[in-house]
Amino acid sequence: MAAGAGHAGLHFDRVDKRYGSVYALRNVTLSVAAGDCVVLAGRNGSGKTTLLRLAARLTRPTDGTISGAPEISAPQPAIGFVAHATMVYDELTAGENLRFFGKLLGLPRVNERVAELLKEVGLAERKDSLVRTFSRGMRQRVAIARALLAEPRLLLFDEPATGLDPEATAWLAAQLRKLRDAGCTILMSLHGESELAQLAGRAVRLDAGRVVADTRTGATFHSVYHFTGG
Amino acid sequence: MGLLSNAATLLAKEARTEFRSRELVSTTLVFVLIVVVLFSFAFDPTTSESRRFGPGLLWLAFLFAASLMMQPSFLREQANDTLSALRLSVRDPFAILLAKIGANTLFLLLTELLMLPVFAVMFNVAVVPQLPGLVLTFALGSLGIATAGTALAAISAQARMRELLLPLMLLPLLTPVLIAATAVTAGLLAREPVLEWKGIGFLAAFDVVFLTALWLFGEYLLEE
Repeated sequence: MAAGAGHAGLHFDRVDKRYGSVYALRNVTLSVAAGDCVVLAGRNGSGKTTLLRLAARLTRPTDGTISGAPEISAPQPAIGFVAHATMVYDELTAGENLRFFGKLLGLPRVNERVAELLKEVGLAERKDSLVRTFSRGMRQRVAIARALLAEPRLLLFDEPATGLDPEATAWLAAQLRKLRDAGCTILMSLHGESELAQLAGRAVRLDAGRVVADTRTGATFHSVYHFTGG
Repeated sequence: MGLLSNAATLLAKEARTEFRSRELVSTTLVFVLIVVVLFSFAFDPTTSESRRFGPGLLWLAFLFAASLMMQPSFLREQANDTLSALRLSVRDPFAILLAKIGANTLFLLLTELLMLPVFAVMFNVAVVPQLPGLVLTFALGSLGIATAGTALAAISAQARMRELLLPLMLLPLLTPVLIAATAVTAGLLAREPVLEWKGIGFLAAFDVVFLTALWLFGEYLLEE
């Protein structure tokens, strides 16, 4: 699979995100070069999800600017996003979900692309089953397939291995490796050791909405990724 | 992919999920049925009283039903955060609103048409000769209710006390639709039926104004 033409980088410049009086992100400045694979680490509530949603332009920053991320309204669909929620419809089958989003994205040869992805995520035999009958791991596989539908230039994954068995995690790692090698920019939050973390060339740690460590600023990948150092 | 083709894809999805769950139309139909029957028992109207009060009671029932029907439009999208997936998939967010409006209009119109024979029997009025005029009035009225209702459902879905908030905002906003639709329906069911084009024009204008406002500013309703 080749990522779409023209790769996307990301630049957060002194970004604040506040919900009422609570800061989810505070003065975040972060640059992700096109083609980078970056892991976001941090405790629950540290701001990882907010940062990913801002990058996807699903929410606006309270202050500061974000540049480089493809516009949602760009002519070519360019962002693949996997969130905590599956972002697929329980009342549709796996195949219907993917065909529906494929049509919205304006993909050519939707049926072939959907069949190919369902086979890759191991759900070809369950393509006509309603998603609500799936286990959490199977739903997550549909969610990942949906995010990869348009071969996006920017992938934003929020704990993508949630619910996946080792086989599916290995498949996901292989997919992401291929996309990374094709120049796709990947930003993902992870908890704990995973073969997905090994794909990243950089780790950024958030704490209470601030970037507290970054391998680009001299820290080692391990010291940033692991929850040590307060 | 264009606005209309995106909206058509979304509308087909809305229809498919409703066809499978049958949640909205069936519950709304039962609700309107109960209200119409209760009204007829409470007033026990003669034919002339029915002609006078029936249209208002009918549209009140439709309005209450609509406030129930609009509520899940966006709440359904929150369960799995599918609204975010939609926003990442369509180029123009108005397509999402347009599809929701289309679906709500169709479901409401279907409920109204299914209720019409029941209303005719309970209130002892002849509706068949005036069917074209009634369908036109129902269609324009339903579009107005669905347009305003969908916009407010998008707003209230992100609020606390959302179940209370939507009817509180919707019912006053739809008072002009209620008045115009009631007047046109009353004209059609009168002893000497007449189609009040002034009322039809008002309903059409309401629809155009709200659709245009949503086209211009609807994007902000879908943001977090």
